[in-house]
Amino acid sequence: MKLLSRKGAICNTHGQDTPYFLGWQEYEKNPYDEVRNPNGIIQMGLAENQLSFDRLESWLAANPDAAGFKKNGVSIFRDLALFQDYHGLPSFKKAMTDFMSDIRGNKVEFDPKNLVLMAGATSANEALIFSLGAGEGDALLLPTPYYPGFDRDLKWRTKAEIVPIICSSSNGFQITKSALEKAYKTAGKKNLKVKGILVTNPSNPLGTTISKEELNLLVDFIDKKQIDLISDEIYSATVFNSPEFTSIMEILEERKLRDTQLWNRVHIVYSLSKDLGLPGFRVGAIYSNNPTVVGTATKMSSFGLVSSQTQHLLGEMLSDKIFTQNYLSENQKRLKKRQEQLVSGLKNAGIHCLKGNAGLFTWVDMSHLLKNKTFEAEMDLWKKIVYQVGLNISPGSSCHCSEPGWFRVCFANMSEATLDLAMVRLKDFVDSLLTSSTSTSTSTSAERRVYKTKSGSRWKLFKWICGLMFDKREQDEWIDNYCF
Amino acid sequence: MEIELSKVAVSSAHGEDSPYFAGWKAYDENPYDEVHNPSGIIQMGLAENQVSFDMVEEYLEEHSEQALLGKKNKRSSFRENALFQDYHGLLSFRKAMASFMEQIRGGKAKFNPERIVLTAGVTAANELLTFILTNPGDALLVPTPYYPGLDRDLRWRTGAKIIPIHCESSNGYQVTPKTMEVAYQNAQSMNMKVRGVLITNPSNPLGVTIPRSTLEEIFNFVIQKNIHLVSDEIYSGSVFSSSDFVSIAEILVSKNYKEAERVHIVYSLSKDLGLPGFRVGTIYSYNDKVVTIARRMSSFSLISSQTQHLLACMLLDENFTEKYIRVNRERLLKRQQLMVNGLREYGIECLEGNACLFSWMNLSPFLEEPTMESELVLWNSIVNEVKLNISPGSSCHCVEPGWFRICFANMSEKTLEVALERIGDFILKRRANK
Repeated sequence: MKLLSRKGAICNTHGQDTPYFLGWQEYEKNPYDEVRNPNGIIQMGLAENQLSFDRLESWLAANPDAAGFKKNGVSIFRDLALFQDYHGLPSFKKAMTDFMSDIRGNKVEFDPKNLVLMAGATSANEALIFSLGAGEGDALLLPTPYYPGFDRDLKWRTKAEIVPIICSSSNGFQITKSALEKAYKTAGKKNLKVKGILVTNPSNPLGTTISKEELNLLVDFIDKKQIDLISDEIYSATVFNSPEFTSIMEILEERKLRDTQLWNRVHIVYSLSKDLGLPGFRVGAIYSNNPTVVGTATKMSSFGLVSSQTQHLLGEMLSDKIFTQNYLSENQKRLKKRQEQLVSGLKNAGIHCLKGNAGLFTWVDMSHLLKNKTFEAEMDLWKKIVYQVGLNISPGSSCHCSEPGWFRVCFANMSEATLDLAMVRLKDFVDSLLTSSTSTSTSTSAERRVYKTKSGSRWKLFKWICGLMFDKREQDEWIDNYCF
Repeated sequence: MEIELSKVAVSSAHGEDSPYFAGWKAYDENPYDEVHNPSGIIQMGLAENQVSFDMVEEYLEEHSEQALLGKKNKRSSFRENALFQDYHGLLSFRKAMASFMEQIRGGKAKFNPERIVLTAGVTAANELLTFILTNPGDALLVPTPYYPGLDRDLRWRTGAKIIPIHCESSNGYQVTPKTMEVAYQNAQSMNMKVRGVLITNPSNPLGVTIPRSTLEEIFNFVIQKNIHLVSDEIYSGSVFSSSDFVSIAEILVSKNYKEAERVHIVYSLSKDLGLPGFRVGTIYSYNDKVVTIARRMSSFSLISSQTQHLLACMLLDENFTEKYIRVNRERLLKRQQLMVNGLREYGIECLEGNACLFSWMNLSPFLEEPTMESELVLWNSIVNEVKLNISPGSSCHCVEPGWFRICFANMSEKTLEVALERIGDFILKRRANK
């Protein structure tokens, strides 16, 4: 019985079958736990900020009214329970815009009237696409590599297309004028109308801030092509090293573009999921200087309003300027330290990464470990890292990277000890690969050579690793297929 | 040069230009307040349940340790909750919702927590289901009169169409096989593929439950046409007498779940618990594929984990839920009776209602002419002269002019009495003029 609609239901653009999500599934089956499952898979594919909860928890303990539906000691439960105005709680919106300004060193001022609250950036990005009018036959240009979730968020229900702005490692994956032009032309060839460009700044998965030069380039480009620019600044408070974060709004102010048509073409998306580590609370926002976009997005926010209970709690928290300032600086310090731990661990294993100064992850170059420079080889390597080494990391192909061998590795969602363990496992794996590649075996695959002789400590190690991931039957199958 | 926007953006399918919203605007500009603005407009166009807050507040006072985050309690770990963004939703909360829905139905149907998909309100749930069940240009059949928000929720971003199943007061607005067939043919004649029927049970704006026999007819119709059935049961806990409500779930039980995979129930805590601000909605689908896809799509409208936690605690407490459901029904009935009897004194009749937060009031005897234009003229007088915001039937796509939805649960008894007095004055004046 064919009951479901063709496009809506069966369409695969929700992206649930990509490695990005499959890796998660494997982790779900066998998650690492320091005590209960020390041989499990360590989750390094999840960009969560778990480093500063203690700060939030101590604020909550000192301010019980915020979670208790009280304001100044008086119960406002009824008001909150009834509050479903899509304009949002004014005190919360003011606190959000002030927070956003603080993050930008107060170089930009945000007007709460231009802020539209939505249940997470997932919701905000989609609603913004709808509000801008990108639908079937339209394209959004996105620099690669980009967050895999965009394939779902920007395309699934809107039916818009994404055309990549291909960036390369040769210049640190920076956006160039020629890459922009090329992407624009490609869209034209596919008969797609380009509606705008979407960038993530700081970048996911690169873990870098977008330079002023690139931002100026983008502004020039959208001006020339009369299209919109969306800047997803969800990681804006995770910048822990120079260069400093420059918001697109700063560029517009610097170039005195306020009140020009260009001013109306630039929109920011934000969320508290990464900076504050609160993805469960579903707090996202669209910020636009275009009143029509604000108006439409506000109405659309009905489909994903932020719980009034949560608006109140976070409104109180973010209004506490002493708290927010301390939080921002402490959070940065901790992220910096943790990233350094990851980078040096990787270096110790002979693995280099893109020099990152932001985000909750590092963009890692493992191309030297590929058997050849193909995406198949990248997948092979990724599978080994997930199943053998027990680390769920994100392969560059799932981020639409044009060059094989790059991986996104997260560092802020685990303890120091777990990160250390992950680095030990990785180093052992890399050592074993490199050792095997120097053997004189005639086997075609470097990885398989490791296990050619079914004896000795290396074989025992292999069996132990297999035992972690597979049941007996799968183990035997794998051995049969991959070992001589 | 004007920046071009999409059809979606400029479409009026968000419905905000209708009188339904214009009345709200008038109210916003001059809202009644017993003390500060006693001559302001009384809001009777908002279907909110304000009669039972005390029970919820009492529960929260007594259980704040468990229910609220940030307290020193192992079970309510702030960190875990703040990180929880799994679109499956908190298991405890899904169990709580399933159990609450069972209790409302007196245990006559069972709900499996694995089929519960959580969304930020029924607004999101209805739109999400439409995205899954229809392609742009396809039609859903909806009995009139219906909740004006459906025009936005089902059509705006989805591109789906609503074809009305016209119902009339002559048979108590019951849907019949004939009227359903007429709507179906109507869609076909416009080259629209009909994908399903969407009913609200109990009905908004009628305030009545759909009888078992009608539900059976609707179910047979969707089987015959091989289409879906969405039953929005958002007011199921607001049926004054528990034995009156028959859920589509019960029909499925009686048929041993045969053909169940075409049925989807939508529910929310906004009306029964009076918590619209918390954005708690759910889709309960008997179709595995729909459950899977809906769950993924719910990423666009997840419920705050802070809120899921709070409500899980509350709804798993059967002492609380049993008392709440029972007392809430009693209070709503009392409030409805107050209003209906008050209106009757002035010669105004309402459709005999047994549920919800509003009544369907018949003002057709007071129309200049039996036309929609007259209805709007009357409505204007009521908003601006009588200073009551009520919802004209035309905004609910009612085919007969003169009917209005009037809410009774979103104000104090005292305010309701003031409203009734004002109506009384208005009616007397009209009679005197005639």
